[in-house]
Amino acid sequence: MIASTLLAAETTADVAFGTLPSLILVPLLTAAVIMLLPASRADYVKLAALIGSVITGAISIYVLWHFDVADPGFQFTAQREWISSLGLSWFLGIDGISLFLVVLTGILFPIAILTTEPHHDPKPYHVWIMLLMAGSMGAFLALDLLLFFLFFEVVLVPMYFLIGGWGHGNRVYAAMKFFLYTMAASALMLVGIVSLVFLAAGDTGGATFNVIELAENHQLSTLASTLVFLSFALAFAVKVPVFPVHTWLPDAHTEAPTAGSVILAGVMLKLGTYGMLRFGVYLFPEVVFDLGWIFMTLGVIGIVYGAAVATMQKDLKRLVAYSSVAHMGFIVLGIFALNSQGMTGAVVQMVNHGITTGALFILVGWIYERRHTREIAALGGLQKSAPLMAGVFTLVMLSSVGLPGLNGFVGEFLILLGTFSAARWWAVVAVSGVILAALYMLWAYQRTFHGPAVGENATMEDMRLSELFGILPLLVLIVFLGVYPKPMLDRIEPSVDALIEHVEERVTDFYEPEPNEVERVGVTGLIEAAEHGESGGEGEEDH
Amino acid sequence: MGLFAQTVVDAIDTPEVEWKMMAPLLVLAVGAIVLITITSVVPRTRRGGFPAAFTITTAAVAGWFLKVVWSGLGDHAETYGIWRRQWIVADALMIDGFTIFVWGVILLSVFLCGGLLDSYLRREGFDGPEWYTLMMISAVGGMLLAAAHDLILIFLAVEILSIAVYVLAGLHLRRSDSQEAAFKYFILGALASAFLLYGIALVYGATGTTHLVDIFMYRSTNAAGLSPLTNSSMMLAGMAMIMIGFAFKISAVPFHVWTPDVYQGAPTPITAFMASAVKAAAFAGLFRIMWEGFTYYVDDWRPVLSALAIASLVVGSFLALAQTNVKRMLAYSSIVHAGFILIAVYAVPGVTGIGGDDPSRLGIEAFLFYLLAYTLMTIGTFGVLTAAGGVDDANHELADYRGLSKSQPVLAGLMAVLLFAQAGIPFTAGFVAKFRVIAAAAANEAYILGAVAMLAAVVSAVLYLRIVVTMFLVGDELVAHAVTDTDDDAATDGVADETASNDHLGEASTPFGQVYTPKPLLLAVMLAAFGTIVLGVFPQLVEPILTDAADSLSTLRQR
Repeated sequence: MIASTLLAAETTADVAFGTLPSLILVPLLTAAVIMLLPASRADYVKLAALIGSVITGAISIYVLWHFDVADPGFQFTAQREWISSLGLSWFLGIDGISLFLVVLTGILFPIAILTTEPHHDPKPYHVWIMLLMAGSMGAFLALDLLLFFLFFEVVLVPMYFLIGGWGHGNRVYAAMKFFLYTMAASALMLVGIVSLVFLAAGDTGGATFNVIELAENHQLSTLASTLVFLSFALAFAVKVPVFPVHTWLPDAHTEAPTAGSVILAGVMLKLGTYGMLRFGVYLFPEVVFDLGWIFMTLGVIGIVYGAAVATMQKDLKRLVAYSSVAHMGFIVLGIFALNSQGMTGAVVQMVNHGITTGALFILVGWIYERRHTREIAALGGLQKSAPLMAGVFTLVMLSSVGLPGLNGFVGEFLILLGTFSAARWWAVVAVSGVILAALYMLWAYQRTFHGPAVGENATMEDMRLSELFGILPLLVLIVFLGVYPKPMLDRIEPSVDALIEHVEERVTDFYEPEPNEVERVGVTGLIEAAEHGESGGEGEEDH
Repeated sequence: MGLFAQTVVDAIDTPEVEWKMMAPLLVLAVGAIVLITITSVVPRTRRGGFPAAFTITTAAVAGWFLKVVWSGLGDHAETYGIWRRQWIVADALMIDGFTIFVWGVILLSVFLCGGLLDSYLRREGFDGPEWYTLMMISAVGGMLLAAAHDLILIFLAVEILSIAVYVLAGLHLRRSDSQEAAFKYFILGALASAFLLYGIALVYGATGTTHLVDIFMYRSTNAAGLSPLTNSSMMLAGMAMIMIGFAFKISAVPFHVWTPDVYQGAPTPITAFMASAVKAAAFAGLFRIMWEGFTYYVDDWRPVLSALAIASLVVGSFLALAQTNVKRMLAYSSIVHAGFILIAVYAVPGVTGIGGDDPSRLGIEAFLFYLLAYTLMTIGTFGVLTAAGGVDDANHELADYRGLSKSQPVLAGLMAVLLFAQAGIPFTAGFVAKFRVIAAAAANEAYILGAVAMLAAVVSAVLYLRIVVTMFLVGDELVAHAVTDTDDDAATDGVADETASNDHLGEASTPFGQVYTPKPLLLAVMLAAFGTIVLGVFPQLVEPILTDAADSLSTLRQR
C-alpha cells in the first residue's frame, strides 16, 4: 500500500520530480519484490537484486549525462511536503559534489552484488543490500537537513545485519561496535540539527530544514555555531573515520562479508566526508575557517597512522581497512584546506577511493574464497597459479598507491597541492603518507603474489572470466579517470568554487589564495589571516 | 463558585449530563457491565472467543464515537465561537481534542490488548470475562483521567484506573510471580494514591478549591501574600505530593522501583496494557494538572520535572544493560520512554515563531504523538513476548530468545521492527516521536535535556540490539524454540497457513518451550508493527489530528 501510494504520487508529478526519487524508490521496490520471491530460488533473488541495482545505476548515469556542467547549483531538484508544521520536506537535489558519489553508488552496488555470493540465506542478504542502496542514495541526494540525518542513520540497520549475519569470525561484536559507535556519535547531531533550525528560525522566516536556506540566512552566534558544528563533526568524524575515533572500522571491515566491505568502504565512509563538505563547510564556514586546522591535523595523523598500522598488518583485509583510514585522512585534509584544489581533490579522491578500495576488497574476497585465509604469511606465489588475478591486483594496488596515470593520483595530487597552498607543513607531512602507501601496498603485494608458491597457493584457481567481467568496469574507471579526469573535474569544480565563494561571503577575512600566492601564504599566512579575521569580525559586530 | 465555564450551570442540584459527549466513555463502561452480565447468565460464553470479540468490538464502537464527539465539539464551537472544547457535567470534565486523542490511544490499547489477551487466555486455560471486564473498567478510569478537571475526580479516576490493574496483575493464579507482582503493585500503588490524596488536600487547603481552573485562577486573582488562604509553601508541598503520586504511576525514576518486578510478574498482555493505556492516562492526567492547574508555578515544577526526566533517562537506560530477563529489559526501556515523555510535558510553551503560529503546539503535539507511537510499539513488543513466553509466561530469559528468527521468522521480524522503532531508527514512529520531543526541547532552549535524551537513547539501543542479536545472530545451531509447525516453508511464506494450523492444535499442543502464535495475537502485533512503520514514513497522516488536538487544548490559550 505504501509503495502504491508513493508510485501514484510519482506518476502525477512531472518527470523532473521523478528522476532523483526513483534513485531511492527503485532499490526500495526491488527489496520489496525480493521479499516476495520464494527463499528457495537463490538465483531469482540475485537476479532481481542485480536488475534493480543496474536500473538504479542506469538512472544515475542518466543524471550524469543530463547534468548541466555550467550550473554550479543544485539540479534535478524535487521537493515534496512532509511534516509541514515543522518545516520538513522531502527535498532532493544534486550538484557537482554529490553527482559522482551518486554515480559511484550506482556503479558499486551492482558490482558488489555481481561479484560476491552470500554463504547462506541469499534472500534477506539481498533485501538488506537493496535497502542499503536506497539509504545511501537518499543520504547523498537529501538537501533537507533532517532527511539527510534520517538516511545517515537508517543505513546502519542493513549494514548491521549484513555484518552480523553474513560476516566472518567475530561478526556479532563487529556489528554491535559499528552500530553503537556510529549511533552514539550521531545522537548529538539530531540535537544540533533542531537547535540550528530553531535558532535560525528568525533568520530563515520560520523553521526550515532546507539546507540552502539555512546556509544562506542563518546568523547563529559564534558559540552556537561552534557547538552545533561540533555535534555534526563528531558524527561525520566517526563515519569517515578520523583518527582517534576510527577503531570501529578495522573490525567492521574485516568481519563484514565482501560486499559489505566494498559498500562500507566505497560508499558509506563517504557519507562522513560528504557530510563535512555539504553540512559542515556549507553551513558553518566561519567555524570551519577557525577550527579547520584541528581537522587538518587529525587528517594528517590519520594518513601517517593509517599507513604505519597498515604496514604492520598480518591480515590482508585488515591491511586494506587501515589503508582506508589513511586515504580518508587525505580527503579530510583536502576539505579543510578550504580552497578549490583541495576540495576538488577531496571529491575526486572520495570517488577514486570508492573505486579502488572497492576493487581491492573484491579481490581480497576472492582470494579468501579460494584459500580460506587472509593471512599474508599463509599466502605467497599466487602470481604463478593466478596470473590474471595478479595482473588485476597490480593495477588496483598501483591505483591505491597513487601512481600517476591512474585515478588515485589525481585526487591525492590535487589535495596535496591545495593543502600546500593553505598550510604548507601539513602537506609536507601528508606526502609521507604517499610514500608509506607505496611501502605497505607493494610489500603486501610482494608477499602475497611473489615468491615460491607452496601447497594450496600453487593450485589456487585463477580469476574466472565472469569475475573479470564483473570487476572490469572498475578497472576501466581506474585507467580512464587517471588518464582523462577532465570531464569529472569540469563537473566538480563549479560546485566547489561556488561553495568556496559562499565561504568567502560568510567569512569576512577569508580569501582563497591564488596559485601564484602560494609563496606568501603558508601557515604563517593562515595565522595572519586568522588574526586579521578576529579584529575584522569585531568591527562588523559594532556597526 | 466562580467556575470557569462556557455552559450555564443552573442552580439545580444535579448537574446536566451531556451524554453524547461522554459516549465513548459510556460505551466502554456499559460494555464492561454487559460483558460480565452476559457471561454470568450464559456460562457457555465464558470460554472461547466471545469475551475477546465483545471487548474488541466495544473498543471499536467507542472509537467510532470519538468521531461523533469531535463533530459535536465542532457544533459547540460554532455556536459559541470558541475553540473545539466543551465543559461537561458541571465543569468536571473537559472534552477537547486532547481528551479525544488520549481516549483514542487508550481505546487502541484496549483493542490491541484484547487480541493479545484472547490468545494468552486460551493458552493458559483461563476463563476470559473478568480479565476483559477489568481491563475495560481500568480503561474507563484512564479515559476519565484524561478529561477530568477536578482533583477529586482525578483521584477517583486514578483509583478506578489502578485498582482494576492491581487485580489484573494477579489474575494468573498458577504463577506466584503474578501474585507477588499484584501485591507489590497494590502496596506501592496505594502509597502513591496516599501521596496524591494528601497533595490534593494540601492544594485545597492553600486555594480553597479542587478545580484545576480555579486553582489556576486563584493565583492570578490573589497576588501572593494578600489573601489569608494564600500559603505558597502549602501549595508547593501539595503540588510536590501530587507530582510524586503521578511519578509512581508513570514510573519515573526514583519512583520506578516497582516497575521491573510488576512488569515481569504480571501476565504479559496485562503488562502491555499497563505499559500503554495506564501510562498514557497517567501522563495525560499529569499534563492536565501541571499545565492547567499549576501553570503559574511553572518555574517551581519545571526543574523537578526535568530532574525526573533526566533520572529516568539515565537510570533507566543504564540499568537496562544489567538485565537478562527480556520483560525486565523492556520495563526499564519503558522507564526511558517515560523520561522522553516527561521532556515533552516539560517543553510545552516554546519560543514564538517556531511550530507555526502557535509555539505551544509543538510540545503538545510531541506529547500526543509520543503517546500514540509508544502505545503501538510497546503493545507490539509485549505481544511478541506473549507469544514467545510459552505456557505460564515462563520463557523470558534472553537465552530463551535464541534463534527465534529460525523458528518463528515472522514473529522475530516483527519484533525486530518494533525494537528498532523503540531504539528510534529513522522511518519508524519511534524516530518521529523522539524527533518531535527533541524539537520541542530545543524550542524551549532545553538543549541539555535534549542531549541527555539522545545519549540515553543510544545507551538503551544496546538493550534492543541485544535482543535482536539474540534472535537473529546468535546460535544458528542452537535453536531453543522447537518449531510448532514443522514445515519451514509455511513459516516463511504463509503466515496464515502456520497460524491456522496452530489454531487447530490449541493449547494442548503447546508444551513448554514452544512458540504459540495464534491469529488474534499475530494480527494485533502486525497491526502495531504496521502502524509503527506507517507513522514513521508518513507522519503527516496524523498531523491534522495532532494539530486539531493541540489547537483545541485549553492549555495556555484563551484564559
